[in-house]
Amino acid sequence: MSAGPEAWAGRRLGAGPGGDDEPGAAFRVVGKALPRVDGVQKVTGATIYADDIELPGMLACVLLRSPHPHARIRSVDATAARSLPGVTAVLTSEDLPIRFGPLPISQDEEVLASAKVRYVGDPVAAVAARDEPTARAACKLIEVDYEVLATVGSIEEALEVPVDEPIHGDTEIGNIHRFVALEFGDVDEGFALADHVREDVLFYEGSNHLAMEEHSATAVFAGDQLTLWSSTQAPHNVHRVLSKVLELPMGHVRVVATPHGGGFGGKVDPFAHEVAVAKLAMVTGRPVKCTLTREEVFYNHRGRHPVLMWVRTGATRDGKITAMHFRTALDGGAYASLGVATTHYTGALQTATYAIPAYRFEGARVFTNKATCGPKRGHGVPQPRFGLEIHLDKLADDLAIDPVVLRQQNFVKPYTRTVNGLRITSSGLEEVTEKVVAASAFRRRPRPVGHGQGFAVSAYLCGAGFPMYLNRMPHSEVNLKVDRGGVTVFCGATDIGQGSDTVLATLVAEELGLARGDVRVVTADTGLTPVDLGSYSSRVTFMAGNAAIDAARKMRAILVDAVASRGGQPGAAVRVGDGGIGEVSFEEAVALAEEARGTISTSGSYAPPKGISGRFRGSGVGPSPAFTFTAAVVDLDADPLTGEVRVNKVFVAHDIGRILNPVLVRGQVDGSVYMALGEALMEEQSYRKGLHHHPSVLEYKTPLALDMPAIETILVETIDPEGPYGAKEVGQGPMLPVVPAVVSAIHDALGVWIDEVPVTPDKVLRALDQRAKGGEGRVGPRRFPDIPYPPCTKVSPDAATASL
Amino acid sequence: MSPPGSSRVVRLSVNGEPRETIVAENETLLEVLRERLRLTGTKHGCELGECGACTVLVDGDQKLSCLLLATEVEGAAIVTVEGLASGPDLHPLQDAFMELGASQCGYCTAGMLMSAKALLDENDEPTEGEIRDALSGNVCRCTGYASIVDAVGVAAARLRGER
Ligand code: FES
Ligand code: FES
Repeated sequence: MSAGPEAWAGRRLGAGPGGDDEPGAAFRVVGKALPRVDGVQKVTGATIYADDIELPGMLACVLLRSPHPHARIRSVDATAARSLPGVTAVLTSEDLPIRFGPLPISQDEEVLASAKVRYVGDPVAAVAARDEPTARAACKLIEVDYEVLATVGSIEEALEVPVDEPIHGDTEIGNIHRFVALEFGDVDEGFALADHVREDVLFYEGSNHLAMEEHSATAVFAGDQLTLWSSTQAPHNVHRVLSKVLELPMGHVRVVATPHGGGFGGKVDPFAHEVAVAKLAMVTGRPVKCTLTREEVFYNHRGRHPVLMWVRTGATRDGKITAMHFRTALDGGAYASLGVATTHYTGALQTATYAIPAYRFEGARVFTNKATCGPKRGHGVPQPRFGLEIHLDKLADDLAIDPVVLRQQNFVKPYTRTVNGLRITSSGLEEVTEKVVAASAFRRRPRPVGHGQGFAVSAYLCGAGFPMYLNRMPHSEVNLKVDRGGVTVFCGATDIGQGSDTVLATLVAEELGLARGDVRVVTADTGLTPVDLGSYSSRVTFMAGNAAIDAARKMRAILVDAVASRGGQPGAAVRVGDGGIGEVSFEEAVALAEEARGTISTSGSYAPPKGISGRFRGSGVGPSPAFTFTAAVVDLDADPLTGEVRVNKVFVAHDIGRILNPVLVRGQVDGSVYMALGEALMEEQSYRKGLHHHPSVLEYKTPLALDMPAIETILVETIDPEGPYGAKEVGQGPMLPVVPAVVSAIHDALGVWIDEVPVTPDKVLRALDQRAKGGEGRVGPRRFPDIPYPPCTKVSPDAATASL
Repeated sequence: MSPPGSSRVVRLSVNGEPRETIVAENETLLEVLRERLRLTGTKHGCELGECGACTVLVDGDQKLSCLLLATEVEGAAIVTVEGLASGPDLHPLQDAFMELGASQCGYCTAGMLMSAKALLDENDEPTEGEIRDALSGNVCRCTGYASIVDAVGVAAARLRGER
């Protein structure tokens, strides 16, 4: 199955500037620890975030939201609100009848609910008034007559026959939103070959992104042109939704993503408030802004899906996996969001780290009367990765094999194809494992009771291989303008704090032989910049980066050509670098080119290569042009008296492809580890009868500065043949192995298994207490519910590996 | 701004400049800074005193501007993130935040910088634990705090003339 990099289709961009494949091609900008391009604005308070926008005559918008988890709307009367002094307009569902959603197959959201509300926080009306207090006062005057329906509060309840009616009218079975059922290879035969078969049931609680910036959007409608500034991660998504719901041509809508106060997936979906302010701007002729309160952000949500998992694995005596069967049940909340993709993701990447010869995946997403779940850092992957890694630890225990060795024996090799058709190219899985084990001296020292170490590995995408809506256009596009006014990169990519603007400037500066400061970046403005699909699935460095290199190489060729033709030399003799092209300065080269050709601009684009997935229904979620691989060891102390867990140190080794900027890389690794520890030990978006337990920053517990352990990061550069200068992602991968490594370390410390996260002290104490009474010393779900999955689609090896 | 309640004139010194503005009795210092004085560098993540994004200095003390009424701080000297640099020269804390990547999305940065400034004004050689303690009321979701803690340490050393 293994072949060299050359055998893999895909555009080979070359590792050095100008496509230079020479080893050790020296870099001027790439790899340097330069501060981010927007660094000064960020530390001086000069950055204008969405809510900092203030326009003359601007109105404030507040949404009236449902107080009920599930209810029919009998009537909405806004008469009194409309006549309150200071109120300019009130919208209800009749004003915005067209439904929307982030995926073409799930257009199930209304901007303002018409017939029913499905979660506490579902928007019902939108008020525009001279200021926010007036708009809030007006909301109180809107009379909504609700007929309260039974609340569906959990996966189990969603699987029962609906008490009153299903949450959505178009589901085939009760409140089940979506099934996935796929089988690759002969799973029954695989289990028959096993010497040992093990089953586990695990649960991963949902969590909110808690980006520090609350969502905010401001709209202006002038002439026949709508402009929306919003703290969105995917202006292209918002652009499409505004055009659809407001029935405006795409060319009459401009969406500008403002500098971001944090996304983590929480600002990928298009939201009701974005459409509401746009419509209000059209109706009133005035600028309108809506900024959500922190409580509303918890209701807006789109956070981590709670996932219940069941996994069964067969292995030979010496630890070779022969078959795996993985089942998931996702609590989706009230609407679809990207949940269809999430459901696929809970089954797609198990095979990216372990060569599982036969694999069956059954997933189901259910609707409940809770805030809608969606994409959060790692999108659908952290939950099954947690389940899988804990399960493999237990399998290793059963077989009396070292947990690291068990995994190593089953590792996916570089340049292979998985049983479910994923094309795997560069991989540092072996190396990250060796390095993290060595750095942490994993379980090599005697450990007193209460001190433990846990190990896990993972894989993640460098961008989704397929777009959210089916099309064959590029995923990322870049225009490059070079003239006597300077160098400007235009790209739709959205810097959400991860530093994508800095990456674009870095790559273009490197290609053109300039200092990074000589490259200006204009991004995330659908009126100015060509399309990029958005900041999700860790796609920006890989996809926008490659598009930028493409544009820059074309520009470089033009400049080289202009200089060469003046001197009558061949282009190949013209060196680019250190602010000069051949014998002349960069500026002179630009002048020569402008003289010869007029305006010069180039464009570049990126689409993933064909053949990175199998050919079967559902093969669109999971493939990526490249994968990163991460290994982590968590070292901690767990107190048997209080159940408290104190993480001492986290060791992470990550296969990054190539380091483009070590400052940004550190930020992503540290931030990933931090978010993983939050999910492992504290964070939960939980409910009681459809009411959020704690929609506030204070009660929604996250790690603070005092809680964070030391982090030792080891970066492995595998120089991916298709990555921009060989780079891969770092924003999401490093979080994945940390969660299971925490749980594994707690078991190492105290001998109890906590098969659900977050691991709170009470769970640890319950498990210890249970063990003291002769029980198994385990806290976690008892059973996996009976789910009426449809029969699996059996995907033949040919279809799995056939190129699309 | 709000319909009920009366308004009055409040005098403040903001980043060294005397300012006079009409405020409603129930208006917070955060609202006055951002909306009346248009100093939007100070951020909000909750407006309930829970996230630290709105931290400013009031007569040298670290305060959450979302919990103070503007009328309560009549006559006080307020320093916000906009008052940290002197002209184009960044404060050593700002320099260190930038160099070490302690500001990613940057939304918590103003609050972090002001909490750090309050610490360094009191203690010019803080330990790592003291730095973490001083920042424990400021939530950051991007950095994992590590680069922020490092940056405060580096800035402290530079302010002492060490690096
Ligand atoms: S806005 Fe003041 S503490 Fe959050
Ligand atoms: S840098 Fe984004 S919240 Fe701190």
